[in-house]
Amino acid sequence: MIELNVAIKNKHYQDSQNVVLAQLDFSVQCGEFVAIIGPSGCGKTTLLNMIGGLELCAGQQISYSDSTGNKQSIQQLGYIFQQPRLMPWLTVRENIELVLEPSHYHQIDALLAQVGLANKGEYFPRQLSGGMQRRVSIARAFAINPKLLLLDEPFNSLDAPTATRLRQLLMDLCKQRGTTVVFVTHDLSEAIYLADRIIFMSNSPSTIIYQTHVDLPRPRKESGIAELAWQAQLMAQFPRLLAGHID
Amino acid sequence: MKPFFFKNIILPKEGLEKKPAKQGTINMALPKELLSYLLVRLAVIAAILLTWQGMAWLIASPDFPSLVAVIKSLHFHLTEGEMIANVLITLRRALLSFTIAMLLGGLLGIVMGINSLVNKLTDSLLIIMLNIPALVTILLCYIWFGLVESAAIAAVVINKVPTVVVMFREGARAVDNDLLAVAKIYQLSATKTFFKVFLPQLYPFIIASARSGLSLIWKIVLVVELLGRSDGVGFALNTLFQFFDIAGILAYTLAFVIVILLIEAMIFKPFDKLVARGNRCD
Repeated sequence: MIELNVAIKNKHYQDSQNVVLAQLDFSVQCGEFVAIIGPSGCGKTTLLNMIGGLELCAGQQISYSDSTGNKQSIQQLGYIFQQPRLMPWLTVRENIELVLEPSHYHQIDALLAQVGLANKGEYFPRQLSGGMQRRVSIARAFAINPKLLLLDEPFNSLDAPTATRLRQLLMDLCKQRGTTVVFVTHDLSEAIYLADRIIFMSNSPSTIIYQTHVDLPRPRKESGIAELAWQAQLMAQFPRLLAGHID
Repeated sequence: MKPFFFKNIILPKEGLEKKPAKQGTINMALPKELLSYLLVRLAVIAAILLTWQGMAWLIASPDFPSLVAVIKSLHFHLTEGEMIANVLITLRRALLSFTIAMLLGGLLGIVMGINSLVNKLTDSLLIIMLNIPALVTILLCYIWFGLVESAAIAAVVINKVPTVVVMFREGARAVDNDLLAVAKIYQLSATKTFFKVFLPQLYPFIIASARSGLSLIWKIVLVVELLGRSDGVGFALNTLFQFFDIAGILAYTLAFVIVILLIEAMIFKPFDKLVARGNRCD
């Protein structure tokens, strides 16, 4: 369980003066599932990369603290990228072994079974379908038993039934392990289905324009009546929210 | 030799099917395909040899020895001459300088590919080194270090390193940063990142530079031996040249080519398999 505090100011890309992230301040509670929605190009992936430590900027303050409030450096971070990013020269099992200590190799079989790839350990990624590769990358992220999990639109470009199954899988795994999650998407109904809280970003240079708790009971339904009503109400209140405007 | 295993055997029959990779799918299809492959190869070689023998009869000149004469000479040098010793000496020199050149060039190439500052500083030097004639480096090495073994090896290494650097640099530049980001996120150790994430992406470049490297190196080794050593194939060729023993020259060439082909089959073939890992079912 880990709590995340993010404060970012004036982040711009290398070799460019254009500010991508103007000001973002938010925190994520232990075990909370936060979705971040913004128009494309508003710097959602950059934000995740900064939380994950892949990118830096001068005005950033990103800290993690455990459930007792002690500040600590992040040890177990899982990141599910837009593309599965598996090593093509390693088998599925070796891809997961890569991120583990040898003493934890025995967990791999159970993990693969959990994502529905029980007999696929000896296959190479290219022998698997896109959805199966995603599942391997989900298994890899959960193999290290992450305290904080970052997801960057992991289910786009998948067919609807596969995406539904993987969302369910993600929720089960997070619930089972109490993982703190930051989930980036541009799909509002997906966010309503998954998240405890949704943060809306503006166009670049980005700020947080709105955030709201999704106060629907769980288990929720994907595009269920209550969920659709909740979405319609939000859209009626802020018609241009998804385009990055609030008015 | 081409990596016929994957092109001719696996793909047409089983490439479309999805099978676990570690099972012996190769052995199943091997004997029949291998047989026809070997037959084709042998037929081509036999045709070349027959043409040679036929032309030697037609021309009937002492400057163009027949196949039979060359084989006789080969037999003579093998049994009575110092061919085996000479070939082994040359082979030792070639492999030693090959190893040094690959390690040194690989290291420099990777550093140049990763670090743009180092690349800027050394790029001009690299272009100069690439274009200095092999003969010049050999002569300079002998003049500066004397007619000794280390000078011979150094001359070969200096000739080969720049081409290795070029290949490795391109490889290091082509490395996928997305996969390195995975290594960083999951906090892999430096050794694990290098050997499991970085280096496998260089394998195609490594094998290309190794293949071209071995053929370049043994040719340069012969020149080095001809100019300043008193043993090895290059020295033997020089002696045979003094006596105008053309059959002997061809016999030595034949012997060394066979050795190189054996090395290719025994060392590079297994490496090919490593490179093809994970790529079989595109």
